[in-house]
Amino acid sequence: MTALYWLPALPDWRARLRAIPDDADEAWRQGVALANTRLDFVATNALDAVLRRATAAATPAGVPGKPIRLALLGSCTLAHLHAGLRVAALRRGLHATLYESEFGQYWQDLSDPGSALHAFRPSAVLLALDAHHLAAGISAADPPAAVAARLAETLSRIGECWRMARAAFGCQVIQSVPLPLHPPLLGHNESRLPGSRAAFIAALSAEIRPMAEAEGVDVLALDARAAVDGLAAWHDPGLWHRAKQEVAPAAAPLYGDLVLRLIASRQGRSAKCLVLDLDNTLWGGVIGDDGLEGLVLGQGSALGEAYLAFQDYARELSRRGIILAVCSKNDEANALAPFDRHPEMLLRRADIACFVANWSDKATNLRTIAAELNIGLDSLVFVDDNPFERNLVRQELPMVAVPEVTDDPALFARTLADAGYFESLAVTEDDRARTAQYQGNRAREALRATATDLPSYLRGLAMRLLWRRFDRIGLARTVQLINKTNQFNLTTRRYGEDDVLAIIADDRAVGLQLRLLDRFGDNGIIAILIGRMRDGCDLLIDTWLMSCRVLGRQVELASLALIAAEARRLGATRLIGEYVPTAKNSMVKDHYEKLGFTPLAGADTAEVRRYVLDLAGFAPAETFIDVTEG
Amino acid sequence: MNEAAFYPVLSEVFRDVFMRDVALRPDLTAKDVPGWDSFKQIEIIVALEERYRIKFHTRELDALHNVGDLARALAGKTQP
Repeated sequence: MTALYWLPALPDWRARLRAIPDDADEAWRQGVALANTRLDFVATNALDAVLRRATAAATPAGVPGKPIRLALLGSCTLAHLHAGLRVAALRRGLHATLYESEFGQYWQDLSDPGSALHAFRPSAVLLALDAHHLAAGISAADPPAAVAARLAETLSRIGECWRMARAAFGCQVIQSVPLPLHPPLLGHNESRLPGSRAAFIAALSAEIRPMAEAEGVDVLALDARAAVDGLAAWHDPGLWHRAKQEVAPAAAPLYGDLVLRLIASRQGRSAKCLVLDLDNTLWGGVIGDDGLEGLVLGQGSALGEAYLAFQDYARELSRRGIILAVCSKNDEANALAPFDRHPEMLLRRADIACFVANWSDKATNLRTIAAELNIGLDSLVFVDDNPFERNLVRQELPMVAVPEVTDDPALFARTLADAGYFESLAVTEDDRARTAQYQGNRAREALRATATDLPSYLRGLAMRLLWRRFDRIGLARTVQLINKTNQFNLTTRRYGEDDVLAIIADDRAVGLQLRLLDRFGDNGIIAILIGRMRDGCDLLIDTWLMSCRVLGRQVELASLALIAAEARRLGATRLIGEYVPTAKNSMVKDHYEKLGFTPLAGADTAEVRRYVLDLAGFAPAETFIDVTEG
Repeated sequence: MNEAAFYPVLSEVFRDVFMRDVALRPDLTAKDVPGWDSFKQIEIIVALEERYRIKFHTRELDALHNVGDLARALAGKTQP
C-alpha cells in the first residue's frame, strides 16, 4: 500500500480543487494546503494540472529557496510520475520544474554538452534505470564469469553517469535502486545462480549503495519501499507490458514524496525535532488521573510494550541527531513524575531537550518550543494521539508536521518512519552529541539566570573558540551546516562536497570552521565562513553562517576578527559582506552594520545588499572568548 | 449484469481524470474525447481498480474499445 496515510484525509477534495482561483499567489497558497492532505494519484494529477494552469503565466510569490530543476534520466516511462513529483514539492512549499530525457537517451543527454539536458541546467539529477533495462540480456545460461563482468561494467557505467552529471551541473545526484521485479528462478537461495536476473539486480542493488556513498550520490531505495509496501503495490507487470511503466501509477504520489525527501534534505529542509504528547502517546493512561501506578507501560501487557517500543524508536532517533521535546497538557510535576520515577520508562528527562507541560493550548506551546530550541516551526513534527489536538495544531500552525496516527501505539513508529519527516543523508559526530548539547544549553540558561549581568555570564562560561581552515576531516559537517542552516545565514548559498574541496584547493579563497567549547561542554562546529579574493584587494565574504544555539555569545565578533586576519594574510585591504534576504534569515539583516561595516554605495540589488569594512582602520573587539587554532 | 448502474461512478472517474464533465454513452470511444490518450486510459483503469479493489485481466484491457465495454467489464467483476 502506497497511500500517504500520515496526511489527513480530505473527503471534499474535489470541491476544494474547483475552488482554487486563477490568481497565482492564492492558487499556490491553497495548493500547498491541498498537497498536505491524503490525495491519491488521480487527485494528485488533478491538483498538479490546476496549479500548472494557475501558475503558468506568473511564478507565485513567497516561494522559499531556489526553484528545483529536476532532471529525470530514465530507461522506461516516467511521464506518469511528473505530477507526483511536482505535488510533493508543492507539499513542501517548493516550486519544481521537470525535465525528462527522451526514452533511453540518458547517456547521450549527459555526455553531449549541447543536449537539451545541459540547456535545462538541472539542480538535481535523478538516474532512474529500471530493472528490465539493467538486467537486459542476462540469462541463467550465462557462465558466472560473464555475469560478473557484466555487473562490473554496469556499475562502472552508472558511476560514469554520476561523474558526468556532477562535472556538468555540480548538483545533487540521486540514484534510484531498481525495484526487484524479476521473478526468481531458484527461490530463497537465488544468489547461487549468478545468471538469474533477480540475483543480478539484487547484487547490483547491494553494490550500488557503498559506491553511491563513496561518490556522494544519494540513493532512492525503491527496493526497501517494495519490501515495506509489497512489490505488487509498486509494480504491475501488466502495465509494464502495456506502457513500460516500472512504477505503478497508483504509487506515483509516494514516489514523488520519496524523491522530494532527498532533495529537501539536501536543502536542509528535513525536520529536526520530534515533539511528543505524553498521555496515551508515550504511555497508556492519564498521569494526572491514573497516577504512576495506573499507567500502562512496559513489559507485561502488549499495549504497555507497544508504548515502550515507541519510546525506544524516539530515543534511537535522538541518538542519531533528532531533538526530542515534550508538549503536554498537564501539571508539570505530574508530567515529569514518570520520567523521574517510573521504572519502565525508557525515555529519561535528559533525553528531552525542551519539556513543556502546562494548560496552555498546544499551538502556543509549540511556538515556545521552537523559540527555546532556536529552530523554525517547520522543523517540528508533533505526535499526539488526540485528533482534536492534531487538528487544532494543523489549523493554527500549518507549517508543523502532524502525522495522522491512529490511537494504536503499535503503529506510531512505523507511521513516523513512513512519513519520512526526518530524512537525512549523513550522520555526523555533532548529530550524535546533539541532545547532550541541548542539555548543556539548559545548564547555560541556569547560569544566565544566576548571573547578575551579561558580562559576568559570558565570563562564567569560559568559552574557547577553536578554528580551522576547511579540511577533509570536517567535510561532512561543513557540508551539512552549509545546507541546513537557514536563519543565521547571510547568503544561504548551498555547497556540496565538491565545492568545499574546491575551496580547500583554491589559494585565493579561505573556508573557516569554528568550534565552540565552554564549561558545559562541546557545542561542536557552530559556524562556517567562506571568503574569496576579488580584484586583488577585497575579500568577499561569500558565506557566513552560524548555529542559532550560540547566539548572543560574541561568536560573531570573534569570527569577524578571524576572517579579517585571513583577509590580511591573503593581501586584502577591505572586507565585503553580502546579505541575501530569504524568508528565514531576517535575523541577520543588520548583521554587517552591527559589526561596523558600512553599506557599499550603489552595489545593492533587489537580491543582495553589500557592505564594506576597511581593514586599515579595523581593530578586533575584545570578547570573553579565548580563540585558538586547532 | 447491471452495466447501467456503473455510469454515475464512471462519470465521476472521467470527471476526475479529465477535469471536466464527459457525457458518457456506451459507444463513446477514446477518439471521441479530446485528451483521452493511452496515459489517461491507464489512469481511468487504475482509478477503477483502486476504487473497487479489483484487477482487470490483461485480456480484458486489450478488449476494451468503448465505454460500454468498460461498464460491462466492471459489471462482470463487482457491484456498483
